[in-house]
Order: sequence, then C-alpha cells, then structure tokens
Amino acid sequence: MPNGRHIIYDYLRTTKRFPHMWCPGCGLGTFLGAFLRAVDKSGYTKDQIVLISGIGCSGRISTYADFNTLHTTHGRALTFATGIKLTKPGLKVIVIMGDGDATAIGGNHFIHAARRNLDITAIVINNSVYGMTGGQVSPETPLDVRTTTSPYGNVESPFDICKLAEAAGAAFVARSTVYHVKLMERLIGRAIDRKGFDVLEIISQCPVQYGRRVGLKSPVEMLQWQKDHAVTQEKARGMSEEDLKDKIRIGALVDNEAPTYQEKLDAMKQSFKGVE
Amino acid sequence: MATTGKSKTKETSPSKTVKVYKGWCKRCGICVAFCPRQALETDKDGYPSLKDPRGCDGCGWCELMCPDFAIVVEDAKS
Repeated sequence: MPNGRHIIYDYLRTTKRFPHMWCPGCGLGTFLGAFLRAVDKSGYTKDQIVLISGIGCSGRISTYADFNTLHTTHGRALTFATGIKLTKPGLKVIVIMGDGDATAIGGNHFIHAARRNLDITAIVINNSVYGMTGGQVSPETPLDVRTTTSPYGNVESPFDICKLAEAAGAAFVARSTVYHVKLMERLIGRAIDRKGFDVLEIISQCPVQYGRRVGLKSPVEMLQWQKDHAVTQEKARGMSEEDLKDKIRIGALVDNEAPTYQEKLDAMKQSFKGVE
Repeated sequence: MATTGKSKTKETSPSKTVKVYKGWCKRCGICVAFCPRQALETDKDGYPSLKDPRGCDGCGWCELMCPDFAIVVEDAKS
C-alpha cells in the first residue's frame, strides 16, 4: 500500500487484492477516488453509509470500499436499496450501477425508484458497453457502433439517462465525465448532501472493450474525447442545437425540492392517528 | 479545471514531491499525458516519474486522475 496522507486509503479495503481488477486506464478507479473524497467531505461516518452495487465491473466497487456494502444481483441494486432505506431510514443509502445495470435489466427499477422519490443517491457509471462480459451492446451504446453483439453496427438508439431520470421524477439529476474529476467530486458531494432521489450519470471510459472499437486506442485518447465533447450548462446556453448535437452536457441538470417517499408515508401515518 | 490554468511553466521551488507506487501502477499513461505543467515523463519501464521537481507546482491533478491510487503528491519535507 502506498505511504502517504492520501485520504482515500482510509476508505479502501486494501486486503481485497490490490492493485484492483480494473483494466489499465479504466474510469472506475478515478471515479472511486472522487467518490471516497466526496464521502469524506460529507461528514458521514463509514457506519452511516450503505453502498450497494449490482453486477459488472462497477459492482466491484462495493468490495473495495469500506462501508456497509451489498453486492447484489444484476439490475436489482435499487430494489435492495429500497428495502434498506424503508427499514433503516437513518442510513445514507448510495447505489452504484453500470449502464447495463441501471438501464437494461434494472431499467424498470430505475424509473420506479425515481417516480417514488426515495431518499437514495443513485450513481450510474456509463461506459457505453458491457465491459466485463466481453463488449456486448448496451442500451447506452451509440448508433452504428460495432460491438461483439452488433458486428454490423448498432441499430438501437441509446437512452439519455438524465432525460429518462428527469421524466421519471428524480429530484436531482446531474452528469459529469471522468475527465472532469473535480466537478464529479463536487456533484457526488451535492447528491449525498441533499434528500430525495438523486441521479448522477458519470460518462466513463472502457479502453479495452469500447475505446478500441470506436478508434480511440488508449485511455488518454478516450479522456481527450471526453474533454473535447463535454460542455458545461453555462456554455450550452449560448450554443445552438446544431452545435450541441454531439456534445455532452455536464453539471447539475435538474434540482427540485419534492417530498420524499418516506415523508409522504410518515404524513399518511400521522393522518391516521386518532382514527378508530 | 486544472488543465485550463496558465500554460507557461513557472519556476517554483521543489516544495512538492510526486510519489509513484509501482506495485499499483498499471502504466496507463494518463498522468503523463494530462499533467498541466508537463512535469511528468515515462521512464524506461513505462512508469511515470518527475522530470524536474521545479516543473511541478503540486496541483495534485495526477493524484486525482490516477485510476489506480498509485500517485501521491506530498510536501517535499515529509
């Protein structure tokens, strides 16, 4: 283990076979670092946080991070989170999913958790592909991209996770890329601090299963792509629809105050008091 | 944004040092490619190392970006 005053080493389970299993240049490591720093700043103790992940490369985060953790079945991370939040409302529940987890097999859970406005922070790490299983097409793979299961090009349009979450009723929706690491850290901190269902989409890079299929041969080229294609909300306001076509909007996209599921349930219980 | 800072290299005293933990480094090259001061270089084995301690202003960008938690930017004295 490296020596130093590096804050994140306090939050890593270094007995879990480090260096970690992610490929060289994978965005998950950078995300995990930003996440741990944001949690450290938020003031929550390790025991107050429940970290839940699904299946895939992102699922491994719950193994490496030293909180109360749950490594659940594919796509069901949000259902486990719902159960925990309703039985132990005092815990801070954070769900980390991949794009396959959140929008494919768990798509239904994702929109319904947003609709209920549960007090859960949901982070979707979007690398546009199923990385761990060999580079199959995911609901986030852009059109015409060749993957192992779309050898002649993808014919299905990808979801816009942020628009999906907004339409389903999420209270806070934000997006960042891995390249914008400081913005990512700030947005994670903001999502952890507020109540309601918070969705954070992280555009990540998968150099091995995605990058080399779209002509981005190294993690450096993939990060350069993120740098070139991301526009902040302030910048996007001054740009035309045509210019924004192949751009990624980053920053906080939706920020609404709405009563959470728990609050509505408590209000209902209160209204029954005194009724025979 | 750390990379949109001043591009000209400022001569600063080597108050910071960049420690690379080779046991965890996977040689992805991100730190060397995106260092705002171009203060890092790749050694003959592909690991990053500090070119000139005076070129580094200790911004910590490499530490934040490293996907393998293998870089620590510290005060030179410690």
